[in-house]
Amino acid sequence: MADKDLSRRALLGAGATAFAAGTLSAPAVFAQPTTTLRCGFWDHWVPAGNGAIRELCAEWGQQNRVNVQVDFITSVGNQNLLTIAAQAQSRSGHDLLSFPTWEPAAKADLLEPVDDVMGRLIGKYGPVNDAAEYLGKIRGTWRAIPAVSGTQMKPACVRFDLLEQHAGIDIRAMWPAENRRGPGADSWNWDTFLAAAEKCHAAGVPFGMPMGSFTDAVDTVGAILASFGASMMDARGNVTVRGNAKLKTAVEYLVRLSRFLPNDVWAWDDGANNRALISGRSALIFNPPSAWAVAKRDAPQVAEKCWTVPMPAGPEGRFVPYLPYFWGIWAFSRNKGPAKQLLEFLSERSSAEKQTNTSNGYDIPPFSSMSDFAVWANEGPPVGTVYNYPLREHHNARASVAQAPAPAEFAVQAYQQALNTKVVARVNQGGETVDQALAWLERELNTIRRGG
Amino acid sequence: MAADGSLAGVALRRGAPNSLQRFARRRSSIALLMTTPLLVIIIGLVAYPAFYAIYLSMLNRRMTEFVGTLNYEILLESETFWMVAFQSCFFAITAVLLKALIGFWLAHMLHDIPDKGQRKWRGMLLVPWVIPPALSTLGWWWMFDPSYSSINWLLAVISVPEVPWLGHHWWARIAIIMVNVWIGAPFFMIMYLAALKSVPEQLYEAAAIDGATGFQRLRYVTLPMMANIISITVLFSLIVTFANYDIVRVLTNGGPRDLTHVFASYAFQVGILSGNIPRGAAVSLFMLPLLALCAFFVLRGVVRRNKEQM
Repeated sequence: MADKDLSRRALLGAGATAFAAGTLSAPAVFAQPTTTLRCGFWDHWVPAGNGAIRELCAEWGQQNRVNVQVDFITSVGNQNLLTIAAQAQSRSGHDLLSFPTWEPAAKADLLEPVDDVMGRLIGKYGPVNDAAEYLGKIRGTWRAIPAVSGTQMKPACVRFDLLEQHAGIDIRAMWPAENRRGPGADSWNWDTFLAAAEKCHAAGVPFGMPMGSFTDAVDTVGAILASFGASMMDARGNVTVRGNAKLKTAVEYLVRLSRFLPNDVWAWDDGANNRALISGRSALIFNPPSAWAVAKRDAPQVAEKCWTVPMPAGPEGRFVPYLPYFWGIWAFSRNKGPAKQLLEFLSERSSAEKQTNTSNGYDIPPFSSMSDFAVWANEGPPVGTVYNYPLREHHNARASVAQAPAPAEFAVQAYQQALNTKVVARVNQGGETVDQALAWLERELNTIRRGG
Repeated sequence: MAADGSLAGVALRRGAPNSLQRFARRRSSIALLMTTPLLVIIIGLVAYPAFYAIYLSMLNRRMTEFVGTLNYEILLESETFWMVAFQSCFFAITAVLLKALIGFWLAHMLHDIPDKGQRKWRGMLLVPWVIPPALSTLGWWWMFDPSYSSINWLLAVISVPEVPWLGHHWWARIAIIMVNVWIGAPFFMIMYLAALKSVPEQLYEAAAIDGATGFQRLRYVTLPMMANIISITVLFSLIVTFANYDIVRVLTNGGPRDLTHVFASYAFQVGILSGNIPRGAAVSLFMLPLLALCAFFVLRGVVRRNKEQM
């Protein structure tokens, strides 16, 4: 029995072994990520766009010893919306997701507030634009962070040769690739635009402005309405159609303008305007630089004659369509802290520039202080073609979201149902008067308002 | 075994069967066990989602409050919803009628082809039905493309003016129905062909002896013998066509001016895209009573005919 007893020597030996084993293996254990962060980002149109996010996540994960799992969810077939809806219903899934324009408002109650992150970012980089704040800050609380990846603006992409030839407008002189306005920039308004549209239509190269129910159409018409000071619903959710002279003026303008657009714009999708530009059949479209980028590949002779400029101005100012993505953290996530840290890292200037560079300038950061990335000055041909793509101070322009300033829960319904383009279509296609179309619009908005 | 070779001894040693054994020996118990997987599937994948959809349709937009039938009331007062209801009925009825007629005609054409050559024709005619609809609809969309329609290009060759296939609401409706008929007619054809082959040849011989004309043979022999298959096929197609989503989504997205929306595409727009899931659920549930009514009348006809034949 004596040899079965634990001697003092054996006890000390075992203790020393255990200590040594623990000490030697400590670095290996310490280096192992203990947290897994599951992220669902938007699957970028630009093939290389996902690479920047993947690399940034890996870099942050290594620095913080967090295992970052990245999924890219496509918006084709609204797969991202379906994923968000499913995860919201089941209260499970990723820790953080990319949310399209209206989703932070729709899922506000299920999203973790990110006021702390936004506070630090705003302190460092200055305020975000109004449109991003309208969509991401719900009832005074930031519910999601305006993302860089996927966020786009839709200014005018002009065939400068055709516009000069048929309308006598030298758009490059007006909006050079510099931080200044050129001669005639002050006259770049909707009246000038209408006259140019008529001339280009007569010349067989009409402006390619869709008027259907897809986002390009709704965003463009929304920006035009905003520049006329016309809104359909106020910030409290009251329908403001009846007796709204500004809205009537804007709709009448759009009715006149759409007579000089191609006959089939009522059925155009988001790709139709791109095709119109790339095929050389259109002198102007409203789009991010993706149309120009495709032209650079497929029709270089067209691409080298494209120039991106801000939207024309209206009586109430210049508004550029803005379609942002947001990064949000589910309230049911178990890794809210690391998720916030990662999103803050992705919003840093160096990370934002990497995302914008990788997407050839397509991605727009929400901070105006970041509108000086070199990529916009250097992209070409022609060099400087997308210089005026981000909002710059000398543009004297603001970002616009169609249906703002209505409460997001009503605005999203009016937006998705394309009420702003349909009201014009009812006049032009349906043969109604402007007053009849506006009466229909009022009824539709009241239907949307009912039922909370 | 007992000395007389019976199993009585064994049975006695084991004693009387217990309740579990008795339960397992009952035919009804076996039937219940065998149908359990099916019941689980029906409850899990049909009954539960259906009741959950009804529950969802009675919540407010934020899904935080029970609002009863408010969503249904709002829809009934919306002119867009009534337009969608009209379009859904117009689309389903027109498309099913056309599919039934074309399928019937094709089945007769095929039936008259000798067996040897029939197989390849049958295979070729089934192709539209076999291709995934979203894919084939995309092909059609390219042909109807507002700016670069290949059909318009062909029409231009024979000096026919351009057709605004997707830009004008009536043309857009026609385009949607055309694509649905193209995809669905082969299903009718194959069902009717099977029915035709099962009609006894003696009936036609008897009709010929009685001096029946071709039309009379069709009216008094073929149609009564195919009536049940026709009814069931029409009902099945009506349900599928009524709930169709992909063709409208790919071709027109409901436009122009919502004039081509059907229940399913409108429900998706309201529920998922606009973030109003309860109202979207209410839109989709409007299909249920309409289809239930159709199913009731069609199935009652089938049962009646079966009784008459017995």
